[in-house]
Amino acid sequence: MKAQVLIIGGGATGTGISRDLALRGINCILVEKKDINAGASGGNHGLLHSGARYVGADPEAAEECKHEGDIIKKVAPHCIENTGGLFVAVAGDDEKYIADFPQNCSKCGVPAKYVDLKDAFELEPELAKNTIAVYMVEDASVDPFKLSLENLSHAHSNGTIYLPYTKAEGFNIENGRIKSVVVQNMITGEQKKIEADYVVNAAGVWAGELAKLAGMKINMIYSKGSLLVTQRRITKRVINRLRRASDADILVPGGTVSIIGTTSIRTESLESIYPTVEEVDFIISEGAQMLPLLDKIRYIRAYSGVRPLVSLHDSADDRGVTRGFALIDHEKEGIKNFTTITGGKLTTFRLMAEKTSDHVCEKLGISKPCMTKTVPMPNTSSGRWTEPGLAPKTWVRDSSKADILLCECEMIPKSAIDSIISSIIGQSGDLSLNSIGVRSRVGKGPCQGTFCSARIVSYMYDKGNLIDKQGILELQKFINERWKGQRPLLWDIPMVQSELQEAIHCGLFGLEMEQNK
Amino acid sequence: MSEKTIECDLLIIGAGMSGIAASFFASNRGISTVQVGMSTSLSFSSGLLDLMAVHPIETINIWDDPWTGIDALNNDIPNHPYSKIKKEKIKEAFNEIVSFLKQTGINYVSEDDKNTQIITSAGTIKHTYLVPESMWNGAVAYAKKAPCLFIDFHGLKGFSSRQITESLSDNWPNLRSAQIYFPDSFGENFCEHIARSLEKPEMRTKLVESIKPYLHDSKYIAFPAVMGMYSVKEIMSDIEQKIGLPIFEIPTMPPSVPGIRLKNAFEKRIVEKGVKVFFKHKIIRVNQDSSGEFISLLGDGSDITIVSKALILASGRFLGKGLHAERKEIKETIFGLPVYQPESRTLWHENDFFDPKGHAINQSGIETDELLRPINSNKKPFFDNLFAIGTILAHQDWTRMKCGSGLSIATAYAAVNNLKL
Ligand SMILES: Cc1cc2nc3c(=O)[nH]c(=O)nc-3n(C[C@H](O)[C@H](O)[C@H](O)COP(=O)(O)OP(=O)(O)OC[C@H]3O[C@@H](n4cnc5c(N)ncnc54)[C@H](O)[C@@H]3O)c2cc1C
Repeated sequence: MKAQVLIIGGGATGTGISRDLALRGINCILVEKKDINAGASGGNHGLLHSGARYVGADPEAAEECKHEGDIIKKVAPHCIENTGGLFVAVAGDDEKYIADFPQNCSKCGVPAKYVDLKDAFELEPELAKNTIAVYMVEDASVDPFKLSLENLSHAHSNGTIYLPYTKAEGFNIENGRIKSVVVQNMITGEQKKIEADYVVNAAGVWAGELAKLAGMKINMIYSKGSLLVTQRRITKRVINRLRRASDADILVPGGTVSIIGTTSIRTESLESIYPTVEEVDFIISEGAQMLPLLDKIRYIRAYSGVRPLVSLHDSADDRGVTRGFALIDHEKEGIKNFTTITGGKLTTFRLMAEKTSDHVCEKLGISKPCMTKTVPMPNTSSGRWTEPGLAPKTWVRDSSKADILLCECEMIPKSAIDSIISSIIGQSGDLSLNSIGVRSRVGKGPCQGTFCSARIVSYMYDKGNLIDKQGILELQKFINERWKGQRPLLWDIPMVQSELQEAIHCGLFGLEMEQNK
Repeated sequence: MSEKTIECDLLIIGAGMSGIAASFFASNRGISTVQVGMSTSLSFSSGLLDLMAVHPIETINIWDDPWTGIDALNNDIPNHPYSKIKKEKIKEAFNEIVSFLKQTGINYVSEDDKNTQIITSAGTIKHTYLVPESMWNGAVAYAKKAPCLFIDFHGLKGFSSRQITESLSDNWPNLRSAQIYFPDSFGENFCEHIARSLEKPEMRTKLVESIKPYLHDSKYIAFPAVMGMYSVKEIMSDIEQKIGLPIFEIPTMPPSVPGIRLKNAFEKRIVEKGVKVFFKHKIIRVNQDSSGEFISLLGDGSDITIVSKALILASGRFLGKGLHAERKEIKETIFGLPVYQPESRTLWHENDFFDPKGHAINQSGIETDELLRPINSNKKPFFDNLFAIGTILAHQDWTRMKCGSGLSIATAYAAVNNLKL
């Protein structure tokens, strides 16, 4: 296979670059070792930062977030819920930080408005009674799955080829140029070569590992963060703790749920990252200082992501490391057609993509301007079903008797599954229960996949999408993927639910006895 | 005593498999009994009666003979609830239940008292002890690898005959599948509705007509478990006669028709035998008076008090609400009995949901003496006449050992026989 540009990594950054380059008329291949948003882009908080969080420690990142946030709200409004946000301090929080906050914001051009306490409780009744200061900012919530799916979909319709479950495994370097990249199909094991004029490493937290394959060195820091999803939404706005960035101090609403996090723990390895019981308990006790309800509410899921941070000098505290991004041209180190883009934020993904694409164009001698600042991102069906609450609305509106619900928790009908399956096949993606899960709310409701998983597998057999014993493997993989996020949250009702799940999937089906895992 | 007080010999808390079995055994012995509990979990059961199939679970060692399996289990895990009951007693318990069910038209079968292999709706094979007669031909067809046609219905969720035939195809050639419209239906279908409508003969005629084109050289026909709610035998032999081939049912996800059949049969029986039932109710508090009787308060605003000489706790685990998991601890919900459990929540579950060794929390529950009476830290029973039965008991993992029904039936039988009245 051949392309002008090969992009490695299908997170927000990689899909963003593919859209940017595609809109400039450049022909690209995007390879991803798993599926869209398998890395940090699928494990983040979904906060479109107003910048206010960084005004104290990282003014540059603050300005960048403010600027980018404004652009994304304009060009991709369907991926955003423009909630607004509050910064709240409770008794005992650092007085000096609170006092400096408004000036720090204005220095960075980040709007922050003082809110009277009485008004604050009216806006957000769940705030702790001992709240002492509140500012209103322009935070918003962003659906990262929709964002990446729409980026990809726009790129795809402009000629980009997307290869999921395709891992870059090695580089053939001749005379200081990458001649081809060896990729492996992670499902069939088959290897092939992709030739490209230019190669972009957008592998996020894996950027260092990938660069190493080409003999290049990047100092990456892995900072793991865990988050909890509440069963129902508890505030209208994003709620931030007004203090130096720390653990469990942001609550982000998204559709029908709220997400509280995060932690920040250094990890050495990127394998088997999952939220732990200790993290969960810590997040709850910290979060409850701001919103006491968090101590009692039901949680449906926990998840973890690893932040790709680039260390330019040593720092003991990962929150002190800049959230700015690193664009590294590897020419100085001896490879002419290879660039790494990593670090940064979801909020700044577009800017990262723009800078990378500008750089690639310059290297290729192509002069085409970036369009992503102004060209709206089309609202397509491929990203449509990730939205909480959309499926029920559509179902109630269009429900015909033949369109039955396969997932009752999130009210996802057969027709939605059909459209997700055909968009996966249309983008020549790998069709699996997990890839349907990534593109929809399937398995995300209170039953966490107990019923819908088995129903969708049956339906996929009916449609001829599964053969042989694939269904058994599909159920095992999907339920285990959901399990990672359930395991640390199993008390009260979720425990009841998980017992039913085990009764069905082990007690009745005996899936734990199927060895072909 | 006020009108709102009921006196009895025995109060059973819980109406899942163990509670209902206890109620059945007690009523057969003329013990005046009151039963309180939610009976929905019984309709969640597949209808298969597991006794013992896998031990040790971590090596997935399957026992053909459940009885030698129990010997091995008792040897390795001496505090498993089975170790407190003689094998003859377990057999007696099953016999009493099976002969009653037979009278109601629900026949249970095993071959040579051994475990049987049954096809599930997920296309897996389940090893179980007693099989409803309506499913038995499935075991025969599977053992013979006979040409077989699997039927499912448009609009019936979570059941695909194609899934089953595909999953089994590697060592079972000659499988066919067909999805047909259930007569006069379109849109969504439910097992329970289908089962009820097959009670009408004209529906069976129509059903057979729509199946005929798919028969080819099949020797058996499989259906999801929907062959009637009451007259299962008549319905199946009618259909068999019309098609001219033996048929069988495949257990489905809950709520399942064979589970509802069991529930109906038991409930009818115990009510006829004079058990006073409060289904869909809960006991919210129990005290013991000076004479040693239990005084239990019924919830939901009814203000009814039940005074009983003995009490059987059959309140299940988390699903049944007998145990409640708090963030730091697992508690027993009615008496606050001590619960055997892992030290902290970090140890409750493994990272892999399907880990064959099972999750430590599954072993948690109530510990008892040899008579199934909950014990305190000195290993002494709390009360002479308080018994715990079924899945609330510690040191068992029924989903992986495949011993759920057996555990419930055996401990119910033992507890009723251990009552001192
Ligand atoms: C807990 C947490 C909370 C966060 N919260 C926020 C927030 O609220 N707001 C915000 O703006 N930002 C947030 N971030 C930061 C944000 O998530 C990341 O900056 C962003 O998602 C990075 O995107 P990316 O595309 O660069 O990397 P990734 O999303 O990690 O994408 C890299 C991709 O490359 C693939 N890949 C790796 N190696 C190979 C290979 N050899 N071959 C093929 N493919 C490969 C991976 O599978 C992966 O999908 C958060 C991050 C974390 C971890």
